[in-house]
Amino acid sequence: MSDATADAVAPDTRATGRYLYIASVVFLCAWVIVPIYFLLINTLSSPETVNSFPKPFWPEFDLGSLTFFAGFAGMLTALKNSVIVAAMTMVMSILIGAPAGYALSRFEFPGKGLFRLLILLTRAFPLPLLALPLAVMFIQTGLDDTAFGLALVHTTLAIPFAVLITFSLFSGIPMELEEAAWTLGCTRLTAFTKVVLPLILPGITASAIFAFVISWNEVFAAAVLTIENRTLTAFLLQNLDTSPLHLKFAGGFILVVPALIFIFAVRKYLFAMWGIANR
Amino acid sequence: MAQIEIKNVAKSFGAYQALHDINLTIEDQEFMVLLGASGCGKSTLLRIIAGLETATTGKVWIGGRRIDNLSPKDRGISMVFQNYAVFPHLTVFENIGFGLRMQKLPNDEVTRRVERTAGLMHIEQLLKRYSGELSGGQRQRVAVARALAMEPDVILMDEPLSNLDALLRMEMRAELKGVLAESKTTAIYVTHDQVEAMSMADRISVMHEGKIVQAASPIEVYRNPSAEFVAGFIGNPPMNFLPANPAESGKWQVAGQVIDGPGASAQLKFAIRPEDLRLADDGFKAVAKVIEPLGAHLLVTCEVDGQLFRAVLDSDFKVKPGEVLNLTPQPDRVRWFDPQTTLAVA
Repeated sequence: MSDATADAVAPDTRATGRYLYIASVVFLCAWVIVPIYFLLINTLSSPETVNSFPKPFWPEFDLGSLTFFAGFAGMLTALKNSVIVAAMTMVMSILIGAPAGYALSRFEFPGKGLFRLLILLTRAFPLPLLALPLAVMFIQTGLDDTAFGLALVHTTLAIPFAVLITFSLFSGIPMELEEAAWTLGCTRLTAFTKVVLPLILPGITASAIFAFVISWNEVFAAAVLTIENRTLTAFLLQNLDTSPLHLKFAGGFILVVPALIFIFAVRKYLFAMWGIANR
Repeated sequence: MAQIEIKNVAKSFGAYQALHDINLTIEDQEFMVLLGASGCGKSTLLRIIAGLETATTGKVWIGGRRIDNLSPKDRGISMVFQNYAVFPHLTVFENIGFGLRMQKLPNDEVTRRVERTAGLMHIEQLLKRYSGELSGGQRQRVAVARALAMEPDVILMDEPLSNLDALLRMEMRAELKGVLAESKTTAIYVTHDQVEAMSMADRISVMHEGKIVQAASPIEVYRNPSAEFVAGFIGNPPMNFLPANPAESGKWQVAGQVIDGPGASAQLKFAIRPEDLRLADDGFKAVAKVIEPLGAHLLVTCEVDGQLFRAVLDSDFKVKPGEVLNLTPQPDRVRWFDPQTTLAVA
């Protein structure tokens, strides 16, 4: 008797839990995918379809909006600026962030906990708070409206991630590997280049690309600190404000896609460094 | 020639004193085991010799050369780690040849030495594999081969077998002993496993609370422990202790028995190994508490005079809990300790 009740109840709760689980997964996926889907549909639609309702499920593959952007004056320069700034951000945040991550992972020093906290705290202040005084300072020093100046700001934004990601990368390399290298004839430096570096290189690449994406997506500082040398985000923000709807969609699409592709390419490492098992 | 001399080495981590004034000489080609419970300082001592840790005070010589101020790579040592530390991004071949490549040896010399040591450790067929494709035992073989390929003066091993399962450990233990004897290097081997220590060592240094309590051959450490700690640490089960009161000169009153012992001293501790007890008509009255048939013999935990007392008896012997046994010690195996100094009394 008691067996029968247990049999009846147990699968039931399990099934409910399962439906709930599936529903949550579907909801979360839709949360991310639906906006991107509409972006895609509207980008590949003619201006008339963009403004009509309901939408077709399949895009029309009208490349009118995208061709418009390809021929738009200043577009390529802005794209080039974006790439330059993002590349500089990538290099600087790794060059500064990785040694900090190594120090955090390998050495005990006073104030270590506070240092980690402060790194996180830099993300607690809204960018406008930072950008306006910076704009004034940049104008005084002549750094305003330069790729390097903007890259400096973006590096500031990317460094907390670079430090914490490389910290967890280095922590994942057992100290014994380095010690073994020392006993086998390495100095601290050669042990690093011959043993640690090859092991973390994929992770470093991933965190570099992450920094790249942070810079690529950043719009506020870019809009405030550049005028002539606008990056793509700032350029589109400025020009799309008064554009028709279908061009706004196409502009958004151009911005989102490269970031998506980059993140997709390094997803394995991002999962790994955020402590989620990926195997 | 690689004699190791350790003089007055001490190490403290902040307020914690991990090693107190260690003095030890390890002969050329000797197999020295540092044995102790975790936290006794044995690994710290090994790491100081390796140069991975800096001694607070003291000096270390290897082969007459003072090395405590040199970096690990200049000490003529190589080391085997507990977690193997096989480089995951290199093949087995490149792992074994890593140190040789660092010395910029010509390619054919590297190949020759890698193949020789791989043969010694029976891993020739694994040379092209990566560490991720190896079992724990195979990784350990790679780690040892890598250390041997350096042809070091001294090989240091930090609990190299403790991550292996029991059967493999026994197999590797014998093999390692053979390989190291053949390679004629001086070896220092850290372990908390006394069976490993007994079976491999030329000499065992028993460590406790940052000090070397006794450094002697395995059988000496077992038969004639220099201190109560060693007697209670070595042997499974360890020695039995009973308080002894002086009777007439050279005789001691132990749990209702009169036993011949050393002269002088006000109070002593009587000690006997469980396997050195015999059943007799007369002897300690021992109340059997727990009986454990272990196959080869019978381990009986009893109570003598209110004290815990273990005896190892023949496995055919029948006994039930609560029965009273008469146990008599083999006279030449009895040891005595001074309860004040905890040292052995002859």
